[in-house]
Amino acid sequence: MSTASAPGAPSSLGGALSDTAALTGRHLRHLRRTPEKIIAVALTPVAMVVILGYLFASVVSVGAGEYHDYVMAGVFAQVGLTCVGITGLGVAGDLGKGLIDRFRSLPVARPAVLVSHTAADLVPAMCSMAAVGGVGLLVGWRVERGVLPALGGFALLIAFAYAMLWLGALLGMLMRNAEAINGIGALVLVVFSFLSSSFMPLSGLPAWLRSVAEWNPVSSVAESCRVLWGNAPASTGSSLPVEHPVLVASVTIGAMIAVLVPVCLRLFRTAAAR
Amino acid sequence: MEIAIQATGLGKRYGQTRALDGVGLEVRTGTVLGLLGHNGAGKTTTVRILATLLEPDSGSARVAGFDVVREPREVRRRIGLAGQYAAVDELLTGRENLALLGTLLKLGRRRARSRAEELLASFELEQAADRPVRTYSGGMRRRLDLAACLISSPQVLFLDEPTTGLDPASRMALWRMVREQVELGVTVLLTTQYLEEADSLADRIMVFGSGQVLAEGTADELKRKVGQEWLEISLPEGGDATGSALDQAVSALAPVSASAPTVDASSRTVALPVGADRTGTIAASAAALEARGVEVADFALRRPSLDDVFFQLTGEQTPVSTSEEKS
Ligand SMILES: Nc1ncnc2c1ncn2[C@@H]1O[C@H](COP(=O)(O)OP(=O)(O)OP(=O)(O)O)[C@@H](O)[C@H]1O
Ligand SMILES: [Mg+2]
Repeated sequence: MSTASAPGAPSSLGGALSDTAALTGRHLRHLRRTPEKIIAVALTPVAMVVILGYLFASVVSVGAGEYHDYVMAGVFAQVGLTCVGITGLGVAGDLGKGLIDRFRSLPVARPAVLVSHTAADLVPAMCSMAAVGGVGLLVGWRVERGVLPALGGFALLIAFAYAMLWLGALLGMLMRNAEAINGIGALVLVVFSFLSSSFMPLSGLPAWLRSVAEWNPVSSVAESCRVLWGNAPASTGSSLPVEHPVLVASVTIGAMIAVLVPVCLRLFRTAAAR
Repeated sequence: MEIAIQATGLGKRYGQTRALDGVGLEVRTGTVLGLLGHNGAGKTTTVRILATLLEPDSGSARVAGFDVVREPREVRRRIGLAGQYAAVDELLTGRENLALLGTLLKLGRRRARSRAEELLASFELEQAADRPVRTYSGGMRRRLDLAACLISSPQVLFLDEPTTGLDPASRMALWRMVREQVELGVTVLLTTQYLEEADSLADRIMVFGSGQVLAEGTADELKRKVGQEWLEISLPEGGDATGSALDQAVSALAPVSASAPTVDASSRTVALPVGADRTGTIAASAAALEARGVEVADFALRRPSLDDVFFQLTGEQTPVSTSEEKS
């Protein structure tokens, strides 16, 4: 049979983009058909805004300024952490149902499957952030500085969420089981959000724990947002992440993406083949 | 004639399990190879290696002229795979599932859509085409899965237990589909648990056991390999309590053939091996029985079925011999 009749253009950037677009379309259709997923993702952070903004506000003191201003950046960063579970479950589900086998038996560009998963999962992440922002505004949170720094803060949050989506993809390939992924996702959420300056200044911690928490990317992302949004007071201290949170957050996020993406793509080759 | 699928010395281990241990096979273009083997014999592993989903630990394979490890992309452009479990997107409709695959195969929007229509029609899924697959029955999913692997009009088709879970009508439809594809020049490798399926669809059959090829050949060759034909003579039920009719039949038949007849008392049958001179043995047996006045309920020439082949090669006991043990 003539080879010319075989479908699928030879590997090219255009082909890879069209594969990614087609698969992203698939995931967006999923989201449209199961809006309850988006709601479920947004629910916890929104509840956090209300609980922290009202309940903790009277107990926690953050020096000068309002606690609800302080905590918003922390809750936004927490939304990034909830992203781990979204892609984790999506990838594990596709692996379990044999869909990834099917895609791999087609001439589909290799990165397209995971890239489309993470790209589409930015939608629930951003919906979640929008809900958190909306409720925050109701509670009295305001962005004090200009439009550009404000957008800079959101760009950093989205980049952090994107890195977490890839962490989710990694988790999904390593553990195929939904309960396990949910369990690990919850652990990541609790450990990384509470061992950070998300909800409370770190000044009360013992020195070693404090520097662990300061280097936690959630802290530097939250601190960056506070600086960019003018939601003082930012933490005080002399360590690098406290003095230059935006720089440290950008570099950490960049490094996470630079490591996670190739590791995931490499694992994808063999993970699907189990 | 060209070879569409060729593999030599394929090996694959999972920890301590040797899933494949030196499997070689060759399928000529436009023919069907049936893989038979008990659970865990290595059929799915073989299919997954040939479909580029799994890299072998040793050995090599070429499909449609390309190496599965070094040129997987070229292989993927030319194959269709229906895995052992239907791989369809539950949240999308049947039509959307097919359209998505058409897009991934770069058929172009128009052609992807018309191909989807064609396949929905030939697998009788038009009624359900716009319902989410979540609402499909098991057999409908299976049919959609099979339609999906034909979207690209592949040159080589891998079907892993394609008819498991299908009702008889759908099974017939699938068989028809396979034959149509073969007529178009498509090469098919299918695995199955149903010997009759291999018998009726496959040009050649390969029996797997513990990761190795136990036997290969046409259905007739395999049957011949297992043993010769035999005459099976059944006596009427409850004719006499003492079983003397059976004895009579045995002593009548004993001189007819070189090897002795065997008796199954529970089903009241006598089996007599038939050598090269078929007609002579049949005539002599009939005459000998008539001479003794033995009443016969059934008198038939039997040859080994693929089941016998399968059980003998895989070293499992045939259902017949187990029933003998019980009695
Ligand atoms: N991912 C895996 N991890 C570990 N062992 C595996 C894996 N996949 C297959 N095996 C083992 O490899 C062997 C061959 O499996 P395979 O799926 O190829 O069998 P099969 O002939 O398709 O069986 P069945 O008729 O049940 O589908 C089995 O012993 C199985 O347990
Ligand atoms: Mg199998």
